Amino acid sequence: MAVEQNASLAYEFKKGLWQDIAPFRLVLGLCPSLAVTNSVINGLSMGLATLGVLFVSCVIVSFVRKLVAPQVRIAAYVVIIATIVTVTDLFLQAKFPPISKALGPYVPLIITNCIILARVEAFAQKNPVLPTMMDSLGTGLGFTFALIIISIIRELLGFGSILNIHILGSWFRPWIVMILPAGAFLVMGGLIATVNYISHRSEARQRAG
Amino acid sequence: MELIIVFISASLVNNFVLTYFLGLCPFVGVSNKTENALNMGLATTFVMTLTAAATWPVYHYILMRFNIPFLEYVSFIIIIAALVQIVEMYIRKSSPGLYRSLGIFLPLITTNCAVLGLALFMVLRDYNYLKSIIFGFGAGVGFTLALLMMSGIREELEFADIPKHFQGTAITMIVAGMMALSFMGFAGLLR
Repeated sequence: MAVEQNASLAYEFKKGLWQDIAPFRLVLGLCPSLAVTNSVINGLSMGLATLGVLFVSCVIVSFVRKLVAPQVRIAAYVVIIATIVTVTDLFLQAKFPPISKALGPYVPLIITNCIILARVEAFAQKNPVLPTMMDSLGTGLGFTFALIIISIIRELLGFGSILNIHILGSWFRPWIVMILPAGAFLVMGGLIATVNYISHRSEARQRAG
Repeated sequence: MELIIVFISASLVNNFVLTYFLGLCPFVGVSNKTENALNMGLATTFVMTLTAAATWPVYHYILMRFNIPFLEYVSFIIIIAALVQIVEMYIRKSSPGLYRSLGIFLPLITTNCAVLGLALFMVLRDYNYLKSIIFGFGAGVGFTLALLMMSGIREELEFADIPKHFQGTAITMIVAGMMALSFMGFAGLLR
């Protein structure tokens, strides 16, 4: 019984990392994954901020899941999320002012990040606290991971650097388009296609084997 | 004159979808049919204009007056949710046909980040009341325009021979990238 439970907890954690990785597979949370990924540091801090909000909101919703009337649940969840985002925003402003400035209005926009409401609605409101923790951690880490990949590609091609450290030599002419909005869409399209390619191939291999 | 600049800036030069990446979920989700795209765009434009009209007085006369700006996000999202609810009830009463064709997309306007983003940008840029309303309307028009163009392109894409791995969202993103590139051409309108 205990082993079974552990296995299912591990599954809840792992599924968000690849099988259901939010921006690529479920097309959720697109706004932040495109808007703040022009440098790795922005992508990383956005990912971590979202992870924190996701984790705390899911845990709170899981705790109060039997107290909230189903008719008003969405409104109640949105207020919970908005409160936590306010706290996060104030925390960033106090402790990391440069990051808070770089992310700008995209911190409050975490409220309308569909990943959070989707996880709350689909998982946290039906499950006890422990699986909810694993689920939100996995989803949040998967989201952070996706943001880091997108921002590494964009910063490398757009500035020739990663985390502000120049990697490519002076021969490299930055692709300005990668920092512009258009580049974000193109990188995202390419990455979704790559994820599709990998999963199509592993499906084909499974069928053959 | 300034009002016209605000309108053009919100709808074309700084198009919410293509430069701020706001409202991407409906942009990808509802843009497969032109008719749905148009209805969704109109409903969203309406909600955005109302949001600008409603959040401005709340921010300036309540939150600022009582010095509680930290309630900004919570109160904005509640106002938006309430507005969407009212619009939904009104459309259901006045035109049931339109209500049925919009279906699930109506309540989803609440979680459209373009609407919340609009309220936040409005406060950030310190617009006055009239400018805020024009800003909301312009942003809605820009959203509708992007949605309509995308749905037109996607209807054509159905007949195109797209590589297998690019089908679906991937090609939509690449098309959006090209649209964003071409919208950069509007930047000259403001200089």
